[in-house]
Amino acid sequence: MAGLATGGLPPRRQGLMRRRARRQRAFRWVVVTVLGVFFLLPLLAMLEFTTRGAGGRLSFDTWRLLFDWGRLRATYPDLSVGITDSAGLVVLTVLLMLVLLVPTVIWVRLRLPRLRRVVEFICLLPLTIPAIVLVVGLAPVYAWVTYFLGGSSLTLTFAYTILVLPYAYRAIDAGLSSIDVRTLAEAARGLGAGWGTVMWRVVLPNIRSAVMSAAFLTVALVLGEFTIASLLNRSNLQVAINLLGKSSAGMSVAVSLAALVLAFVLLMLLSLVGGRRRGIPKENNS
Amino acid sequence: MAAVVTRPAEPASDNRGRLSRVLTRGRSLLGVVPFFAFVAVFLAVPTLEVTIGAFTGDDGQPTLSNVGALMNGYIVDAFISSILLSAVTAVLGAVFGALLAYVLVTAKEGGLLRRVVTAASGVLAQFGGVTLAFAFMATIGLPGFVTLFLRDNFGINIYSGGVWLYEMPGLVLVYTYFQIPLMVIVFLPALDGVRPQWREATESLGGSTWQYWRRVAGPLLAPAFLGSTLLLFANAFSAYATAAALVSQGSPIVPLQIRSALTSEVVLGQQNLGKAMALGMVVVVAVVMWLYALLQRRTAKWLG
Repeated sequence: MAGLATGGLPPRRQGLMRRRARRQRAFRWVVVTVLGVFFLLPLLAMLEFTTRGAGGRLSFDTWRLLFDWGRLRATYPDLSVGITDSAGLVVLTVLLMLVLLVPTVIWVRLRLPRLRRVVEFICLLPLTIPAIVLVVGLAPVYAWVTYFLGGSSLTLTFAYTILVLPYAYRAIDAGLSSIDVRTLAEAARGLGAGWGTVMWRVVLPNIRSAVMSAAFLTVALVLGEFTIASLLNRSNLQVAINLLGKSSAGMSVAVSLAALVLAFVLLMLLSLVGGRRRGIPKENNS
Repeated sequence: MAAVVTRPAEPASDNRGRLSRVLTRGRSLLGVVPFFAFVAVFLAVPTLEVTIGAFTGDDGQPTLSNVGALMNGYIVDAFISSILLSAVTAVLGAVFGALLAYVLVTAKEGGLLRRVVTAASGVLAQFGGVTLAFAFMATIGLPGFVTLFLRDNFGINIYSGGVWLYEMPGLVLVYTYFQIPLMVIVFLPALDGVRPQWREATESLGGSTWQYWRRVAGPLLAPAFLGSTLLLFANAFSAYATAAALVSQGSPIVPLQIRSALTSEVVLGQQNLGKAMALGMVVVVAVVMWLYALLQRRTAKWLG
Protein backbone atom coordinates (compact mmCIF):
# COMPACT_ATOMS: atom_id res chain seq x y z
CA MET A 1 0.00 0.00 0.00
CA ALA A 2 2.55 2.52 1.19
CA GLY A 3 4.83 1.63 -1.72
CA LEU A 4 2.10 2.27 -4.26
CA ALA A 5 1.10 5.56 -2.75
CA THR A 6 4.62 6.95 -2.56
CA GLY A 7 5.68 5.80 -6.02
CA GLY A 8 5.52 9.24 -7.60
CA LEU A 9 7.01 11.21 -4.73
CA PRO A 10 10.50 12.71 -4.67
CA PRO A 11 13.09 10.52 -2.90
CA ARG A 12 13.29 12.88 0.08
CA ARG A 13 9.58 12.39 0.86
CA GLN A 14 9.93 8.63 0.39
CA GLY A 15 12.69 8.53 2.97
CA LEU A 16 10.56 10.59 5.31
CA MET A 17 7.65 8.19 5.01
CA ARG A 18 9.88 5.17 5.48
CA ARG A 19 11.35 6.76 8.58
CA ARG A 20 7.90 7.46 9.90
CA ALA A 21 6.71 3.91 9.22
CA ARG A 22 9.77 2.64 11.10
CA ARG A 23 9.07 4.96 14.01
CA GLN A 24 5.45 3.86 14.09
CA ARG A 25 6.45 0.22 14.08
CA ALA A 26 8.83 0.80 16.99
CA PHE A 27 6.15 2.68 18.90
CA ARG A 28 3.70 -0.16 18.38
CA TRP A 29 6.17 -2.73 19.62
CA VAL A 30 6.88 -0.71 22.74
CA VAL A 31 3.16 -0.34 23.56
CA VAL A 32 2.35 -3.98 22.87
CA THR A 33 5.33 -5.21 24.89
CA VAL A 34 4.79 -3.00 27.94
CA LEU A 35 1.03 -3.60 28.13
CA GLY A 36 1.48 -7.25 27.21
CA VAL A 37 3.75 -7.74 30.22
CA PHE A 38 1.34 -5.85 32.46
CA PHE A 39 -1.59 -7.99 31.35
CA LEU A 40 0.07 -11.38 31.01
CA LEU A 41 2.12 -11.25 34.19
CA PRO A 42 -0.82 -11.74 36.58
CA LEU A 43 -2.13 -14.59 34.45
CA LEU A 44 1.28 -16.29 34.40
CA ALA A 45 1.59 -15.66 38.12
CA MET A 46 -1.73 -17.45 38.62
CA LEU A 47 -0.44 -20.41 36.65
CA GLU A 48 2.79 -20.46 38.64
CA PHE A 49 0.93 -20.07 41.92
CA THR A 50 -1.35 -23.01 41.22
CA THR A 51 1.42 -25.32 40.06
CA ARG A 52 3.68 -24.61 43.01
CA GLY A 53 4.44 -27.89 44.77
CA ALA A 54 6.27 -28.63 47.97
CA GLY A 55 9.99 -27.85 47.88
CA GLY A 56 9.67 -25.51 44.89
CA ARG A 57 8.81 -28.27 42.46
CA LEU A 58 6.16 -28.23 39.75
CA SER A 59 2.93 -29.89 40.82
CA PHE A 60 -0.37 -30.22 39.00
CA ASP A 61 -2.32 -31.55 41.98
CA THR A 62 -4.61 -28.51 42.18
CA TRP A 63 -5.54 -28.78 38.51
CA ARG A 64 -6.04 -32.54 38.69
CA LEU A 65 -8.38 -32.00 41.62
CA LEU A 66 -10.26 -29.22 39.81
CA PHE A 67 -11.06 -31.45 36.86
CA ASP A 68 -11.99 -34.47 38.97
CA TRP A 69 -15.60 -33.63 39.74
CA GLY A 70 -16.24 -36.40 42.28
CA ARG A 71 -13.16 -35.62 44.35
CA LEU A 72 -13.74 -31.85 44.04
CA ARG A 73 -17.24 -32.23 45.41
CA ALA A 74 -15.98 -34.20 48.36
CA THR A 75 -13.09 -31.82 49.10
CA TYR A 76 -14.72 -28.44 48.46
CA PRO A 77 -18.51 -28.85 48.70
CA ASP A 78 -19.10 -25.07 48.63
CA LEU A 79 -17.20 -24.74 45.38
CA SER A 80 -19.08 -27.54 43.67
CA VAL A 81 -22.39 -26.02 44.81
CA GLY A 82 -21.27 -22.65 43.44
CA ILE A 83 -20.30 -24.16 40.10
CA THR A 84 -23.63 -26.01 39.77
CA ASP A 85 -25.58 -22.91 40.76
CA SER A 86 -23.72 -20.77 38.24
CA ALA A 87 -24.30 -23.35 35.52
CA GLY A 88 -28.02 -23.41 36.31
CA LEU A 89 -28.14 -19.62 36.43
CA VAL A 90 -26.45 -19.38 33.02
CA VAL A 91 -29.09 -21.60 31.42
CA LEU A 92 -32.05 -19.97 33.18
CA THR A 93 -30.87 -16.41 32.54
CA VAL A 94 -30.20 -17.01 28.85
CA LEU A 95 -33.66 -18.55 28.48
CA LEU A 96 -35.44 -15.84 30.45
CA MET A 97 -33.57 -13.08 28.61
CA LEU A 98 -34.47 -14.57 25.22
CA VAL A 99 -38.11 -15.24 26.08
CA LEU A 100 -38.58 -11.80 27.56
CA LEU A 101 -36.55 -9.63 25.23
CA VAL A 102 -36.62 -11.10 21.72
CA PRO A 103 -40.42 -11.22 21.20
CA THR A 104 -40.84 -7.82 22.88
CA VAL A 105 -38.24 -6.09 20.73
CA ILE A 106 -39.58 -7.63 17.52
CA TRP A 107 -43.18 -6.88 18.52
CA VAL A 108 -42.37 -3.26 19.34
CA ARG A 109 -40.68 -2.82 15.97
CA LEU A 110 -43.64 -4.28 14.09
CA ARG A 111 -46.69 -3.11 15.99
CA LEU A 112 -45.78 -0.40 18.50
CA PRO A 113 -43.02 1.70 16.96
CA ARG A 114 -43.88 4.56 19.30
CA LEU A 115 -42.80 2.49 22.29
CA ARG A 116 -39.36 1.85 20.84
CA ARG A 117 -37.68 4.78 22.60
CA VAL A 118 -39.30 3.75 25.89
CA VAL A 119 -38.12 0.15 25.64
CA GLU A 120 -34.63 1.28 24.67
CA PHE A 121 -34.48 3.68 27.61
CA ILE A 122 -35.60 0.98 30.05
CA CYS A 123 -33.15 -1.55 28.68
CA LEU A 124 -30.21 0.85 28.98
CA LEU A 125 -31.24 2.04 32.44
CA PRO A 126 -29.32 -0.65 34.36
CA LEU A 127 -26.10 0.94 33.04
CA THR A 128 -26.70 3.95 35.31
CA ILE A 129 -27.74 1.88 38.31
CA PRO A 130 -24.69 0.16 39.81
CA ALA A 131 -25.26 -3.44 40.93
CA ILE A 132 -24.44 -2.44 44.50
CA VAL A 133 -27.32 0.06 44.37
CA LEU A 134 -29.68 -2.39 42.71
CA VAL A 135 -29.03 -4.93 45.44
CA VAL A 136 -30.05 -2.44 48.11
CA GLY A 137 -33.45 -2.05 46.47
CA LEU A 138 -33.72 -5.72 45.54
CA ALA A 139 -33.49 -6.97 49.12
CA PRO A 140 -37.21 -6.38 49.89
CA VAL A 141 -38.24 -7.70 46.46
CA TYR A 142 -36.28 -10.86 47.14
CA ALA A 143 -38.02 -11.28 50.46
CA TRP A 144 -41.16 -11.83 48.36
CA VAL A 145 -39.34 -14.02 45.84
CA THR A 146 -38.16 -16.22 48.71
CA TYR A 147 -41.71 -16.32 50.03
CA PHE A 148 -43.13 -17.52 46.71
CA LEU A 149 -40.30 -19.54 45.18
CA GLY A 150 -38.04 -20.45 48.07
CA GLY A 151 -34.50 -19.31 48.81
CA SER A 152 -32.72 -21.21 46.04
CA SER A 153 -29.74 -19.46 44.44
CA LEU A 154 -31.37 -20.04 41.07
CA THR A 155 -33.85 -17.25 41.82
CA LEU A 156 -30.97 -14.85 41.14
CA THR A 157 -31.82 -15.30 37.49
CA PHE A 158 -34.42 -12.49 37.78
CA ALA A 159 -31.84 -9.96 38.93
CA TYR A 160 -29.33 -11.18 36.36
CA THR A 161 -31.83 -10.75 33.54
CA ILE A 162 -32.06 -7.09 34.54
CA LEU A 163 -28.26 -6.80 34.59
CA VAL A 164 -27.87 -8.22 31.07
CA LEU A 165 -30.66 -6.10 29.54
CA PRO A 166 -28.38 -3.33 28.18
CA TYR A 167 -25.94 -5.70 26.50
CA ALA A 168 -28.58 -8.13 25.21
CA TYR A 169 -30.80 -5.31 23.97
CA ARG A 170 -27.97 -3.67 22.03
CA ALA A 171 -27.02 -6.95 20.38
CA ILE A 172 -30.57 -7.86 19.38
CA ASP A 173 -31.44 -4.33 18.30
CA ALA A 174 -28.35 -4.20 16.09
CA GLY A 175 -29.38 -7.51 14.55
CA LEU A 176 -32.90 -6.27 13.83
CA SER A 177 -31.63 -3.01 12.35
CA SER A 178 -29.60 -4.91 9.78
CA ILE A 179 -32.66 -6.67 8.28
CA ASP A 180 -35.94 -5.31 6.96
CA VAL A 181 -38.25 -6.73 9.64
CA ARG A 182 -41.36 -4.96 8.43
CA THR A 183 -41.19 -6.26 4.86
CA LEU A 184 -40.37 -9.77 6.01
CA ALA A 185 -43.32 -9.72 8.40
CA GLU A 186 -45.68 -8.30 5.78
CA ALA A 187 -44.63 -10.92 3.25
CA ALA A 188 -45.14 -13.72 5.76
CA ARG A 189 -48.49 -12.29 6.90
CA GLY A 190 -49.59 -11.92 3.30
CA LEU A 191 -48.87 -15.60 2.75
CA GLY A 192 -51.12 -16.42 5.66
CA ALA A 193 -48.64 -16.84 8.52
CA GLY A 194 -49.75 -16.10 12.09
CA TRP A 195 -47.71 -13.84 14.35
CA GLY A 196 -46.16 -16.86 16.07
CA THR A 197 -44.89 -18.16 12.75
CA VAL A 198 -43.63 -14.72 11.78
CA MET A 199 -41.51 -14.46 14.92
CA TRP A 200 -40.34 -18.02 15.23
CA ARG A 201 -39.82 -19.06 11.61
CA VAL A 202 -39.26 -15.79 9.75
CA VAL A 203 -37.64 -13.11 11.92
CA LEU A 204 -35.72 -15.26 14.42
CA PRO A 205 -33.68 -17.23 11.84
CA ASN A 206 -32.64 -13.90 10.31
CA ILE A 207 -31.22 -12.51 13.55
CA ARG A 208 -29.72 -15.79 14.73
CA SER A 209 -26.21 -14.41 15.11
CA ALA A 210 -27.45 -11.37 17.04
CA VAL A 211 -29.33 -13.66 19.38
CA MET A 212 -26.20 -15.80 19.71
CA SER A 213 -24.10 -12.82 20.70
CA ALA A 214 -26.71 -11.70 23.23
CA ALA A 215 -26.61 -15.20 24.69
CA PHE A 216 -22.78 -15.26 24.84
CA LEU A 217 -22.67 -11.89 26.60
CA THR A 218 -25.27 -13.17 29.06
CA VAL A 219 -23.19 -16.26 29.80
CA ALA A 220 -20.07 -14.20 30.45
CA LEU A 221 -21.90 -11.73 32.66
CA VAL A 222 -23.64 -14.39 34.73
CA LEU A 223 -20.43 -16.35 35.25
CA GLY A 224 -18.71 -13.20 36.49
CA GLU A 225 -21.43 -11.82 38.76
CA PHE A 226 -20.56 -11.44 42.43
CA THR A 227 -22.19 -8.37 43.96
CA ILE A 228 -25.84 -9.40 44.00
CA ALA A 229 -25.27 -13.06 44.86
CA SER A 230 -22.95 -12.18 47.70
CA LEU A 231 -25.11 -9.51 49.28
CA LEU A 232 -28.35 -11.49 48.96
CA ASN A 233 -26.59 -14.44 50.63
CA ARG A 234 -26.98 -16.73 47.65
CA SER A 235 -24.21 -18.88 46.21
CA ASN A 236 -22.60 -18.85 42.80
CA LEU A 237 -19.18 -19.43 41.28
CA GLN A 238 -17.69 -16.06 42.27
CA VAL A 239 -19.06 -16.21 45.80
CA ALA A 240 -17.54 -19.67 46.15
CA ILE A 241 -14.16 -18.47 44.84
CA ASN A 242 -14.17 -15.60 47.30
CA LEU A 243 -15.12 -17.89 50.18
CA LEU A 244 -12.46 -20.41 49.20
CA GLY A 245 -9.80 -17.72 49.10
CA LYS A 246 -9.90 -17.52 52.88
CA SER A 247 -9.10 -21.21 53.38
CA SER A 248 -7.39 -22.56 50.26
CA ALA A 249 -5.72 -19.91 48.16
CA GLY A 250 -4.28 -22.31 45.58
CA MET A 251 -7.64 -23.74 44.59
CA SER A 252 -9.39 -20.36 44.45
CA VAL A 253 -6.68 -18.96 42.18
CA ALA A 254 -6.93 -22.05 39.96
CA VAL A 255 -10.71 -21.67 39.64
CA SER A 256 -10.28 -17.95 38.92
CA LEU A 257 -7.85 -18.70 36.12
CA ALA A 258 -10.09 -21.43 34.70
CA ALA A 259 -13.08 -19.05 34.78
CA LEU A 260 -11.10 -16.31 33.01
CA VAL A 261 -9.95 -18.73 30.31
CA LEU A 262 -13.49 -20.04 29.86
CA ALA A 263 -14.84 -16.51 29.47
CA PHE A 264 -12.07 -15.72 26.98
CA VAL A 265 -12.93 -18.77 24.89
CA LEU A 266 -16.60 -17.74 24.93
CA LEU A 267 -15.83 -14.21 23.73
CA MET A 268 -13.45 -15.54 21.06
CA LEU A 269 -16.33 -17.68 19.78
CA LEU A 270 -18.52 -14.59 19.91
CA SER A 271 -16.05 -12.61 17.80
CA LEU A 272 -16.00 -15.44 15.26
CA VAL A 273 -19.81 -15.46 15.12
CA GLY A 274 -19.80 -11.67 14.80
CA GLY A 275 -17.18 -11.86 12.06
CA ARG A 276 -19.37 -14.22 10.09
CA ARG A 277 -22.35 -11.92 10.46
CA ARG A 278 -20.46 -9.01 8.97
CA GLY A 279 -19.33 -11.27 6.13
CA ILE A 280 -22.79 -12.20 4.89
CA PRO A 281 -24.00 -8.92 3.35
CA LYS A 282 -20.78 -8.66 1.35
CA GLU A 283 -21.46 -12.04 -0.24
CA ASN A 284 -24.99 -10.95 -1.12
CA ASN A 285 -23.79 -7.76 -2.76
CA SER A 286 -21.29 -9.34 -5.07
CA MET B 1 -47.41 2.86 10.30
CA ALA B 2 -48.83 -0.01 12.36
CA ALA B 3 -51.93 -0.02 10.14
CA VAL B 4 -49.87 -1.36 7.26
CA VAL B 5 -49.33 -4.63 9.03
CA THR B 6 -52.73 -4.92 10.67
CA ARG B 7 -55.82 -5.59 8.63
CA PRO B 8 -57.02 -2.73 6.38
CA ALA B 9 -58.64 -0.01 8.47
CA GLU B 10 -62.33 0.59 8.02
CA PRO B 11 -63.61 4.15 7.41
CA ALA B 12 -62.88 6.35 10.42
CA SER B 13 -66.48 7.53 10.67
CA ASP B 14 -67.66 3.98 11.32
CA ASN B 15 -68.03 3.39 15.03
CA ARG B 16 -67.46 -0.35 14.76
CA GLY B 17 -64.26 0.37 12.88
CA ARG B 18 -62.98 2.61 15.63
CA LEU B 19 -63.86 0.01 18.22
CA SER B 20 -62.03 -2.74 16.36
CA ARG B 21 -59.00 -0.50 15.96
CA VAL B 22 -58.96 0.18 19.67
CA LEU B 23 -59.22 -3.56 20.26
CA THR B 24 -56.34 -4.27 17.88
CA ARG B 25 -54.32 -1.57 19.62
CA GLY B 26 -55.15 -3.14 22.97
CA ARG B 27 -54.14 -6.56 21.76
CA SER B 28 -50.87 -5.16 20.42
CA LEU B 29 -50.14 -3.69 23.82
CA LEU B 30 -50.80 -7.09 25.41
CA GLY B 31 -47.67 -8.34 23.64
CA VAL B 32 -45.39 -6.13 25.71
CA VAL B 33 -47.08 -6.77 29.06
CA PRO B 34 -44.69 -9.54 30.23
CA PHE B 35 -41.65 -7.36 29.59
CA PHE B 36 -43.05 -4.30 31.33
CA ALA B 37 -44.36 -6.36 34.25
CA PHE B 38 -40.95 -7.96 34.77
CA VAL B 39 -39.10 -4.68 34.51
CA ALA B 40 -41.57 -3.05 36.90
CA VAL B 41 -40.97 -5.66 39.59
CA PHE B 42 -37.22 -6.13 39.28
CA LEU B 43 -36.06 -2.70 38.11
CA ALA B 44 -38.65 -0.04 38.94
CA VAL B 45 -39.52 -1.33 42.39
CA PRO B 46 -35.87 -1.57 43.56
CA THR B 47 -35.17 1.90 42.20
CA LEU B 48 -38.20 3.36 43.96
CA GLU B 49 -37.31 1.42 47.09
CA VAL B 50 -33.90 3.10 47.18
CA THR B 51 -35.24 6.54 46.32
CA ILE B 52 -38.13 6.51 48.79
CA GLY B 53 -36.17 4.67 51.47
CA ALA B 54 -33.48 7.34 51.37
CA PHE B 55 -36.07 9.86 52.56
CA THR B 56 -37.85 7.62 55.07
CA GLY B 57 -37.03 7.33 58.76
CA ASP B 58 -37.10 4.15 60.85
CA ASP B 59 -40.64 5.01 61.89
CA GLY B 60 -41.82 5.16 58.28
CA GLN B 61 -42.17 8.94 58.35
CA PRO B 62 -40.58 11.08 55.66
CA THR B 63 -37.33 12.63 56.84
CA LEU B 64 -34.17 14.23 55.56
CA SER B 65 -31.98 12.78 58.30
CA ASN B 66 -30.62 9.91 56.14
CA VAL B 67 -29.53 12.27 53.42
CA GLY B 68 -28.26 14.63 56.08
CA ALA B 69 -26.18 11.80 57.54
CA LEU B 70 -24.29 11.64 54.25
CA MET B 71 -22.44 14.69 55.53
CA ASN B 72 -20.87 12.58 58.28
CA GLY B 73 -17.10 12.65 58.12
CA TYR B 74 -16.55 8.98 57.32
CA ILE B 75 -19.14 8.94 54.52
CA VAL B 76 -17.77 12.11 52.96
CA ASP B 77 -14.31 10.51 53.13
CA ALA B 78 -15.64 7.38 51.44
CA PHE B 79 -17.18 9.44 48.62
CA ILE B 80 -13.95 11.41 48.19
CA SER B 81 -11.87 8.22 48.06
CA SER B 82 -14.29 6.63 45.63
CA ILE B 83 -14.21 9.66 43.35
CA LEU B 84 -10.41 9.91 43.55
CA LEU B 85 -9.96 6.20 42.87
CA SER B 86 -12.35 6.36 39.93
CA ALA B 87 -10.76 9.51 38.51
CA VAL B 88 -7.17 8.26 38.77
CA THR B 89 -7.93 4.85 37.27
CA ALA B 90 -10.15 6.42 34.60
CA VAL B 91 -7.31 8.69 33.44
CA LEU B 92 -4.69 5.90 33.60
CA GLY B 93 -7.04 3.52 31.82
CA ALA B 94 -7.98 6.10 29.21
CA VAL B 95 -4.38 7.00 28.31
CA PHE B 96 -3.01 3.46 28.10
CA GLY B 97 -6.23 2.08 26.63
CA ALA B 98 -6.19 4.72 23.90
CA LEU B 99 -2.57 3.84 23.05
CA LEU B 100 -3.44 0.16 22.81
CA ALA B 101 -6.54 0.91 20.73
CA TYR B 102 -4.39 3.00 18.37
CA VAL B 103 -2.00 0.08 17.95
CA LEU B 104 -4.94 -2.21 17.15
CA VAL B 105 -6.37 0.20 14.59
CA THR B 106 -3.07 0.49 12.75
CA ALA B 107 -2.65 -3.30 12.82
CA LYS B 108 -3.81 -5.49 9.99
CA GLU B 109 -7.58 -5.49 9.65
CA GLY B 110 -9.31 -8.68 10.80
CA GLY B 111 -5.92 -9.89 12.01
CA LEU B 112 -5.26 -12.18 14.93
CA LEU B 113 -3.82 -9.47 17.21
CA ARG B 114 -6.94 -7.37 17.02
CA ARG B 115 -9.30 -10.29 17.49
CA VAL B 116 -7.43 -11.73 20.47
CA VAL B 117 -6.94 -8.38 22.20
CA THR B 118 -10.60 -7.43 21.72
CA ALA B 119 -11.85 -10.73 23.15
CA ALA B 120 -9.38 -10.56 26.04
CA SER B 121 -10.44 -6.97 26.70
CA GLY B 122 -14.06 -8.06 26.88
CA VAL B 123 -13.16 -10.67 29.48
CA LEU B 124 -10.98 -8.45 31.65
CA ALA B 125 -13.26 -5.42 31.44
CA GLN B 126 -16.54 -7.08 32.27
CA PHE B 127 -15.81 -10.45 33.78
CA GLY B 128 -13.30 -9.18 36.30
CA GLY B 129 -14.23 -8.68 39.89
CA VAL B 130 -13.21 -11.40 42.25
CA THR B 131 -11.05 -13.31 39.79
CA LEU B 132 -8.87 -10.25 39.14
CA ALA B 133 -8.43 -9.68 42.85
CA PHE B 134 -7.12 -13.24 43.12
CA ALA B 135 -4.93 -12.77 40.08
CA PHE B 136 -3.15 -9.92 41.82
CA MET B 137 -2.91 -11.81 45.10
CA ALA B 138 -1.11 -14.56 43.18
CA THR B 139 1.11 -11.93 41.53
CA ILE B 140 2.07 -9.45 44.20
CA GLY B 141 0.42 -10.81 47.30
CA LEU B 142 2.77 -11.81 50.10
CA PRO B 143 3.39 -15.30 48.62
CA GLY B 144 2.93 -13.94 45.09
CA PHE B 145 5.09 -14.79 42.11
CA VAL B 146 6.55 -11.33 41.54
CA THR B 147 6.96 -10.61 45.25
CA LEU B 148 9.02 -13.78 45.77
CA PHE B 149 10.94 -13.34 42.52
CA LEU B 150 12.02 -9.81 43.44
CA ARG B 151 12.90 -10.81 46.98
CA ASP B 152 14.89 -13.91 46.04
CA ASN B 153 16.73 -12.52 43.03
CA PHE B 154 17.16 -8.84 43.73
CA GLY B 155 16.57 -8.57 47.45
CA ILE B 156 13.81 -6.06 46.85
CA ASN B 157 10.93 -6.04 49.30
CA ILE B 158 7.96 -4.35 47.61
CA TYR B 159 6.18 -4.22 50.93
CA SER B 160 8.93 -2.54 52.94
CA GLY B 161 6.50 0.33 53.53
CA GLY B 162 3.63 -1.92 54.57
CA VAL B 163 1.36 -4.25 52.60
CA TRP B 164 -0.36 -1.85 50.21
CA LEU B 165 -2.11 -4.39 47.98
CA TYR B 166 -5.13 -4.59 50.27
CA GLU B 167 -5.49 -0.82 50.51
CA MET B 168 -6.04 2.08 48.12
CA PRO B 169 -2.81 1.68 46.08
CA GLY B 170 -3.74 -1.96 45.49
CA LEU B 171 -7.20 -0.92 44.37
CA VAL B 172 -5.70 1.58 41.91
CA LEU B 173 -3.51 -1.15 40.42
CA VAL B 174 -6.26 -3.76 40.04
CA TYR B 175 -8.83 -1.22 38.82
CA THR B 176 -6.39 -0.04 36.15
CA TYR B 177 -6.11 -3.65 35.08
CA PHE B 178 -9.78 -3.70 34.08
CA GLN B 179 -10.06 -0.03 33.04
CA ILE B 180 -7.51 -0.27 30.20
CA PRO B 181 -9.41 -3.09 28.46
CA LEU B 182 -12.70 -1.21 28.84
CA MET B 183 -11.10 1.81 27.19
CA VAL B 184 -9.97 -0.37 24.30
CA ILE B 185 -13.55 -1.57 23.81
CA VAL B 186 -15.24 1.81 23.96
CA PHE B 187 -12.58 3.88 22.18
CA LEU B 188 -11.92 1.51 19.28
CA PRO B 189 -15.06 2.46 17.31
CA ALA B 190 -14.11 6.15 17.46
CA LEU B 191 -10.60 5.43 16.18
CA ASP B 192 -12.09 3.32 13.41
CA GLY B 193 -14.00 6.42 12.33
CA VAL B 194 -10.79 8.36 11.61
CA ARG B 195 -10.22 8.27 7.86
CA PRO B 196 -6.74 7.86 6.42
CA GLN B 197 -7.68 10.51 3.82
CA TRP B 198 -7.58 13.17 6.54
CA ARG B 199 -3.95 12.40 7.19
CA GLU B 200 -3.19 12.41 3.48
CA ALA B 201 -4.98 15.74 3.16
CA THR B 202 -2.91 17.17 6.00
CA GLU B 203 0.28 15.94 4.37
CA SER B 204 -0.56 17.25 0.94
CA LEU B 205 -1.05 20.66 2.56
CA GLY B 206 2.42 20.35 4.09
CA GLY B 207 1.40 19.44 7.63
CA SER B 208 3.69 17.44 9.89
CA THR B 209 2.74 14.47 12.07
CA TRP B 210 2.61 16.76 15.09
CA GLN B 211 0.35 19.20 13.29
CA TYR B 212 -1.90 16.36 12.17
CA TRP B 213 -2.44 15.18 15.74
CA ARG B 214 -2.59 18.67 17.19
CA ARG B 215 -4.96 20.23 14.62
CA VAL B 216 -6.90 17.39 12.99
CA ALA B 217 -7.08 14.04 14.76
CA GLY B 218 -6.75 15.44 18.29
CA PRO B 219 -9.76 17.78 18.18
CA LEU B 220 -11.80 15.17 16.31
CA LEU B 221 -11.08 12.47 18.85
CA ALA B 222 -11.29 14.69 21.91
CA PRO B 223 -15.04 14.26 22.58
CA ALA B 224 -14.77 10.48 22.17
CA PHE B 225 -11.73 10.38 24.45
CA LEU B 226 -13.38 12.50 27.13
CA GLY B 227 -16.61 10.55 26.85
CA SER B 228 -14.81 7.24 27.20
CA THR B 229 -12.93 8.58 30.22
CA LEU B 230 -16.26 9.48 31.83
CA LEU B 231 -17.58 6.00 31.12
CA LEU B 232 -14.47 4.54 32.77
CA PHE B 233 -15.07 6.79 35.75
CA ALA B 234 -18.65 5.52 36.10
CA ASN B 235 -17.42 1.96 35.71
CA ALA B 236 -14.85 2.28 38.50
CA PHE B 237 -17.24 4.19 40.69
CA SER B 238 -19.86 1.42 40.42
CA ALA B 239 -17.43 -1.49 40.84
CA TYR B 240 -17.83 -3.55 43.96
CA ALA B 241 -16.54 -7.10 43.57
CA THR B 242 -12.80 -6.35 43.29
CA ALA B 243 -12.79 -4.14 46.34
CA ALA B 244 -14.95 -6.57 48.30
CA ALA B 245 -12.56 -9.44 47.58
CA LEU B 246 -9.42 -7.39 48.18
CA VAL B 247 -10.18 -5.14 51.14
CA SER B 248 -11.09 -6.94 54.32
CA GLN B 249 -10.31 -4.24 56.86
CA GLY B 250 -12.33 -1.06 56.93
CA SER B 251 -14.49 0.38 54.18
CA PRO B 252 -12.50 3.02 52.35
CA ILE B 253 -14.92 3.43 49.41
CA VAL B 254 -18.68 3.94 49.09
CA PRO B 255 -19.66 0.47 47.82
CA LEU B 256 -17.93 -1.07 50.81
CA GLN B 257 -19.69 1.38 53.13
CA ILE B 258 -22.97 0.21 51.63
CA ARG B 259 -21.90 -3.37 52.25
CA SER B 260 -21.27 -2.71 55.90
CA ALA B 261 -24.56 -0.81 56.15
CA LEU B 262 -26.33 -3.82 54.65
CA THR B 263 -24.60 -6.64 56.50
CA SER B 264 -23.86 -5.21 59.92
CA GLU B 265 -26.55 -5.05 62.53
CA VAL B 266 -28.57 -1.92 62.03
CA VAL B 267 -27.44 1.12 63.96
CA LEU B 268 -30.47 2.70 65.59
CA GLY B 269 -31.94 5.48 63.48
CA GLN B 270 -29.83 4.57 60.47
CA GLN B 271 -31.77 1.73 58.89
CA ASN B 272 -32.02 3.59 55.64
CA LEU B 273 -28.55 5.11 55.58
CA GLY B 274 -27.47 2.48 53.03
CA LYS B 275 -30.26 3.63 50.75
CA ALA B 276 -29.19 7.25 51.09
CA MET B 277 -25.62 6.29 50.12
CA ALA B 278 -26.97 4.24 47.22
CA LEU B 279 -28.96 7.24 46.06
CA GLY B 280 -25.83 9.37 46.31
CA MET B 281 -24.02 6.89 44.05
CA VAL B 282 -26.86 6.95 41.51
CA VAL B 283 -26.74 10.76 41.42
CA VAL B 284 -22.99 10.76 40.72
CA VAL B 285 -23.26 8.05 38.05
CA ALA B 286 -26.30 9.70 36.45
CA VAL B 287 -24.51 13.05 36.12
CA VAL B 288 -21.44 11.36 34.62
CA MET B 289 -23.52 9.29 32.20
CA TRP B 290 -25.49 12.39 31.14
CA LEU B 291 -22.25 14.16 30.24
CA TYR B 292 -21.15 10.99 28.47
CA ALA B 293 -24.33 10.98 26.37
CA LEU B 294 -23.73 14.63 25.40
CA LEU B 295 -20.17 13.90 24.28
CA GLN B 296 -21.32 10.72 22.54
CA ARG B 297 -23.70 12.74 20.38
CA ARG B 298 -20.83 15.03 19.36
CA THR B 299 -18.68 12.00 18.56
CA ALA B 300 -21.41 10.44 16.43
CA LYS B 301 -21.69 13.66 14.43
CA TRP B 302 -17.98 13.89 13.68
CA LEU B 303 -16.82 10.30 13.48
CA GLY B 304 -20.01 8.37 12.78
